[in-house]
Amino acid sequence: MAIPKVVGTETEYGISAVGSPDFNPVLSSSLLISTYAGTLRRIRWDYEQESPLRDARGFEPVQMREPAEEDLGLANVILPNGARYYVDHAHPEYSTPECTSPRDLVIHDKAGERVLERSLAELHKILPPGERIAIYKNNSDGKGNSYGTHENYLVERALPFGAIVRDLTPFIVSRQVFTGAGKLGTEGAWDDGHRHTFQLTQRADFFEAEVGLETTLKRPIINTRDEPHADPDKYRRLHVIIGDANMSEVATFLKVGTTALVLKMIEDEYLPDLSLANPVAALHEISRDLACTATVRLADGRRLSAVEIQWEYLERAKKYVEQEDPGPDNEAVVQRWEAILMALEEEPLSLHRELDWVAKYRLLQGYIERDRLDWSDPKLRLVDLQYHDVRRDKGLYHRLAASGKVERLVTDQEIERAVMAPPEDTRAYFRGSCIAKYGGAIAAASWDSMIFDTGGDALQRIPMREPLRGTRLHVAALLDRAPDAGTLVELLRT
Amino acid sequence: MPQEQEQKRTQRKSGGAGGEGDAGQTEATSKGQKLKEEMDEILDEIDSVLEENAEEFVKSYVQKGGE
Repeated sequence: MAIPKVVGTETEYGISAVGSPDFNPVLSSSLLISTYAGTLRRIRWDYEQESPLRDARGFEPVQMREPAEEDLGLANVILPNGARYYVDHAHPEYSTPECTSPRDLVIHDKAGERVLERSLAELHKILPPGERIAIYKNNSDGKGNSYGTHENYLVERALPFGAIVRDLTPFIVSRQVFTGAGKLGTEGAWDDGHRHTFQLTQRADFFEAEVGLETTLKRPIINTRDEPHADPDKYRRLHVIIGDANMSEVATFLKVGTTALVLKMIEDEYLPDLSLANPVAALHEISRDLACTATVRLADGRRLSAVEIQWEYLERAKKYVEQEDPGPDNEAVVQRWEAILMALEEEPLSLHRELDWVAKYRLLQGYIERDRLDWSDPKLRLVDLQYHDVRRDKGLYHRLAASGKVERLVTDQEIERAVMAPPEDTRAYFRGSCIAKYGGAIAAASWDSMIFDTGGDALQRIPMREPLRGTRLHVAALLDRAPDAGTLVELLRT
Repeated sequence: MPQEQEQKRTQRKSGGAGGEGDAGQTEATSKGQKLKEEMDEILDEIDSVLEENAEEFVKSYVQKGGE
């Protein structure tokens, strides 16, 4: 039986200084984060268990590790909600705490946007007059530079990686019809003939390989990074690097909910072979097909559209949920999935309340018609960019949401709460609660450890290698009994 | 060229989306009118928040790659 799908997202946000050519994105990202984090900044990230170059296929690392950002003195903090907030390359990055349901993940993904929005407001209080920083939750600058939004899924170690590659690739390639955040123009080096048209996803242009370890060049559809942040004998953390950053709650819910369900079916050998003849070409073709009707060739010779491939997965998923894994979370995913596929078949552009790419395309169309603009008009590029602005009073997605023009799945209260409170049903509860209660006594922390400085000679390292332990149920009583970190460590020992 | 063809096709489909099935001509027109009014309302709101100098603003948005 498949293991529960613990999930989390990591989002690199775009950052720029409006009208400042000498802007340093690395230092500005660091300042942004440390301004928000305040006193939490002194807790170090514990890199001991990290090995981003370990390959899931068992290869040896092929290149030297870059110096950890920590060594450069850049901000890198763990928040009381269990999230990690840090500088990655030249971007502020927010990694949600571990969640067990797609709905919780939506709440925490959105809480990340609020953290960035709040950081930006704090930063502007200390910037010299006239200087302005802008933050976008997107994946491309429209000039050939991309930054990622990664999804993480806990899968069992025993599952052969080849099965993931075979059964997940056609799913990932075809899910673009609902995961896309929409993009004006194309950035693939091979394809500069349609610079002013629109496509479903921000990311497809930047993927050129089927499987591999890279994340910054020759990016693969399936990333093989093997860094479980958990017991490596039992688990993998599948690192899905190809997704778009979604503003739409429905799109995030579906992206994570359907992918988690497909991974469960792969673990339980529930899927037929839907291998594509040429996954990379299919990826690009599907991203450029706004009608969602273009067909791609399967290895067995059939030609199916992205929506038809998705139906193949959904039909199995319905059976799977009914027979193997019933429950409200899975049922909600399957119902929503089916409704979206039916609408995509009927009229994709009817989904402007649900999907980012459609909402954005509709705005662009609106401008083109009202102002008689050409597809190359810079105003359209601005609409594309500002759709992703994290400020609720300026971001175009947020303006649509405020006037009820897009569908919401979670409440503002839930999102606000998640800015400070961790999920209660994963180890994020222990991590976040410790940060909130014993922050001053924590020397370092990571996804799978907490290191306490309780005043003795040695630091005390508490491993957290089980993502589903350290929940409220497991540790709330313990935390209540420990007024300080020293007592907590003592209680954990006995 | 397939992209351009598809794009035209979706635009055409979108243009006809006002009349669903056997809805009467008048109903379709008033629905189309309502959609247009709704879109105008949305665009007016967006006009009020959109950054100034679109061309300059978009040109200066350059990111280093990430991940």
